[in-house]
Amino acid sequence: MMDVRVAERQTDLEILRYNPEIAGEPKLERYTVPTKTEWCVLDALNYLKDNVDPTLTYRWSCHMQVCGSCGMMINGEPKLACKAMLRDYPGVIRIEPLAHFPVERDLVAVADDFLAKLKRVKPYLIPLEKRLPEDGEYRQTPAQLKRYRQFAMCINCMLCYAACPEYGLHPKFIGPAAISLAHRYNRDSRDGGRDERQEEIATAEGVWECTFVGACSEVCPKHVDPAAALQQVKVASTVDWYLEHFMSWVQK
Amino acid sequence: MSRYPYVREVSPTTWYFRAPRYMRYMTREVTSIFIGIFTVIMLVGLSRLSEGQAPYEDFLAALNNPFSVIFLFLALAFALYNSFTWFNVAPKAMPIQVGEELMPDIVVAGGHYILWAILSVVILIWAGIF
Ligand code: SF4
Ligand code: FES
Repeated sequence: MMDVRVAERQTDLEILRYNPEIAGEPKLERYTVPTKTEWCVLDALNYLKDNVDPTLTYRWSCHMQVCGSCGMMINGEPKLACKAMLRDYPGVIRIEPLAHFPVERDLVAVADDFLAKLKRVKPYLIPLEKRLPEDGEYRQTPAQLKRYRQFAMCINCMLCYAACPEYGLHPKFIGPAAISLAHRYNRDSRDGGRDERQEEIATAEGVWECTFVGACSEVCPKHVDPAAALQQVKVASTVDWYLEHFMSWVQK
Repeated sequence: MSRYPYVREVSPTTWYFRAPRYMRYMTREVTSIFIGIFTVIMLVGLSRLSEGQAPYEDFLAALNNPFSVIFLFLALAFALYNSFTWFNVAPKAMPIQVGEELMPDIVVAGGHYILWAILSVVILIWAGIF
């Protein structure tokens, strides 16, 4: 009996190629590569680069869904190329760079905008109480960890931005992952930086640009559920507003 | 090194045809147009009512035709659809953590349904239905 796990087939790939050194638009090119059933799309791209066209350009590093660099559109869906298994794609596989980002070359999306936004929301611990090493470590209970752990799972793969129509239409939107990471630190018991982050995220370019399409959470490979994070930020910001305007005697 | 990034424009009018999940979203958004129109009808009705019995009866008579009955049923169906889908995602926006566990979604969503039922009954009592 044939072992289906290593069965070979010829797989047709349609890859959007763009060479910035040559004037013109990106063009879909067709390739046929011998593949094995247990391969992922990234394996097929690596085969192509090693054996057919060494100029094919794409990002990857870990091949195990942790580095977040291999995000691309696979048959129109934002996916990690190392998580998209060929056996789930019986026909021609169309591979394009992540939607909503400019194309640097071939399958490489320009990440500058996302990185700048990430920086703006201060996704790092701003300690509530300053401690020196001799004061000992910051301690946290499992319940305190639980409050933010899900949002800490983000690998910055930008799939959520490629899924988010708001970001596509209004590129100023700070977007799902950056706001989720701000929320992750806001919910951390050791952190005292919420007011600084609210300046960025509780704004028209921040959560209030979000109309809760929910696409980000559907495509997130790490189950961060960015849509939930954004709605929670909206609820918390609304509570802030009421406290400030109608109940100013209550301490936040 | 110079860079020549290529920008793919997103169409502001046809983007939602790109994926079924966008169509689902747009469908839900469109249902709120019906709810908006119903709200306007209700406000007109209230203003007629404040003008006295005759104008209010004219208003009711104006609604007494198959088109408005169909419209009102559609608006009710869409309002229910909107409310149910909204309450069902409430646990995402307002998760309740007790100790190390999150309360099951049904508790948070259920709380919304119960509040909805209580408020509806209060309004119906206040309006003199019961
Ligand atoms: S929230 Fe999810 S989809 Fe978005 S960048 Fe993080 S891991 Fe990727
Ligand atoms: S190569 Fe690292 S996530 Fe895919």
